[in-house]
Amino acid sequence: MSIQAIEDSKVKPFPAPAKPAEVIAFTARARRRFDPAAIAGKLASTLVPPVIVITIMLVVWQVACSSPTASLPPPSQVWNEAYDLIAHPFFDNGPQDIGLAWRVLISLQRVAVGFGLAAIVGVALGALVGQSIWAMRGLDPVFQILRTVPPLAWLPLSLAAFRDSSPSAIFVIFITSIWPIIINTAVGVRNIPEDYRNVARILRLNQFEFFVKIMVPAAAPYIFTGLRIGIGLSWLAIVAAEMLTGGVGIGFFIWDAWNSSRLPDIIVALAYIGVTGFCLDRLVAAVGVFVTRGTTAK
Amino acid sequence: MTAYLKLDHIDKSFARGSQVSDVLKDIRLTIDKGEFVSIIGHSGCGKSTLLNLIAGLTKVSAGAVLLEDKEVDSPGPERAVVFQNHSLLPWLTVYENINLAVTKVFGRSKSRAQRHEWIMRNLDLVQMAHAKDKRPAEISGGMKQRVGIARALAMEPKILLLDEPFGALDALTRAHLQDAVMDIHSRLGSTTVMITHDVDEAVLLSDRIVMMTNGPAATIGEVLPVPLARPRRRIELSSDRTFLRCREAVLKFLYERHRFVEAAE
Repeated sequence: MSIQAIEDSKVKPFPAPAKPAEVIAFTARARRRFDPAAIAGKLASTLVPPVIVITIMLVVWQVACSSPTASLPPPSQVWNEAYDLIAHPFFDNGPQDIGLAWRVLISLQRVAVGFGLAAIVGVALGALVGQSIWAMRGLDPVFQILRTVPPLAWLPLSLAAFRDSSPSAIFVIFITSIWPIIINTAVGVRNIPEDYRNVARILRLNQFEFFVKIMVPAAAPYIFTGLRIGIGLSWLAIVAAEMLTGGVGIGFFIWDAWNSSRLPDIIVALAYIGVTGFCLDRLVAAVGVFVTRGTTAK
Repeated sequence: MTAYLKLDHIDKSFARGSQVSDVLKDIRLTIDKGEFVSIIGHSGCGKSTLLNLIAGLTKVSAGAVLLEDKEVDSPGPERAVVFQNHSLLPWLTVYENINLAVTKVFGRSKSRAQRHEWIMRNLDLVQMAHAKDKRPAEISGGMKQRVGIARALAMEPKILLLDEPFGALDALTRAHLQDAVMDIHSRLGSTTVMITHDVDEAVLLSDRIVMMTNGPAATIGEVLPVPLARPRRRIELSSDRTFLRCREAVLKFLYERHRFVEAAE
């Protein structure tokens, strides 16, 4: 089939309007100035409610534990007896008598090593499982079973394998935190849009380039979800592991305090652990927000 | 004379378990260098499959795709695709998105400064140089598609494949982009294959329109040459009788002879 071109009588264009419409410029909007009152108000609205709740909790605790027969110390006693620990986190009086901040840092060091290894191995394994259907079929059942094993159940085995407490504790961190990293990375990799894969294929990116330039950034939101769960679990595990392996970490401090009946010290240590865990979680979340900015937006 | 791109008796079927469904049957088409060819048909007729076969993203079941007498069996930058939903990587800026392609294709043959100049030239071509540091989420749908076109052009492809490139855009933006594509085609003379379901778009842009029959086992029903001189201007063409006759021919093919039967699927 074909159509012959025809000389055509074209339509005449409209005559141009006599006068173009007038353009009115918008005036620039007045810029919001720095407003100390608004900032103070916002600060108060975030700070006041938790302060009130904590105060009420302390009062209830004080009243409940004030009787001479109470088995736990009230807050006032904790403050008096553990004042050194609260006020001087960085004292250092010899090998077993150091401030709680030092102990937390030593525990954090172990977490850093164990969690760092878990992050590297976990993302790599997760990428493999997400990318290859056969790797998933083979490895996924193993992961699903192993991830339900409680952290401390690994400890005797790792003590037997490493014959030293410090690498054993690190191994327990590693094995505890790796599962959510693997599983979330695998889900993230599986969810990479087909279009990104097609772009990579057209550009003929090799496996390594695909991993670095497409897979990791595309799966980053999932990876960071896994990392955030992992860091929480590893902080849970380190305290338990240190209670059993000894050394100078914050976990062993609690065990030591229990053995010498220093209950106020334990309570202070709990507060340290809680605050540190909270900070770790927020740190990973903040890194995640920074790294994945733009990734989730369509 | 041998054809630039040759689709030689292509069949394509997909197997799901024991069920085999024929999508394309006996596709024969030759495209010359510099030609702009549109492929039009109802949804589900395998237009996109055909484009993926040319791109090498899916493999033919029988027959062959030949580009300059060489068989195509895997994707590559010499057959750049502009996807319907732009497919820009959201974590990279506009510039970085194109840079990814340019570094991969010209990493050895061009210096850093040359690559930068090449990226900027392609951004200028689609009038997006002003947004080079924006991320895809910060620009409009039409702008994203412009960047997608720039990325494809920056690979300096032998053939440019457009997969319903303006399908997701509103009518006005679509018209702007059609003009941009016409302008680029006239400047670069790039051989282009475009999938579309818009009759006006097909007639306006193409040298030839390939009309597909309905699936399953769709094939090429007719090929209509569009004898309109270039450059083409949409306002003048809207009353041009040749344009209207071409348009009518395509509409007749699609709605009279190969009416889309929705109940079939």
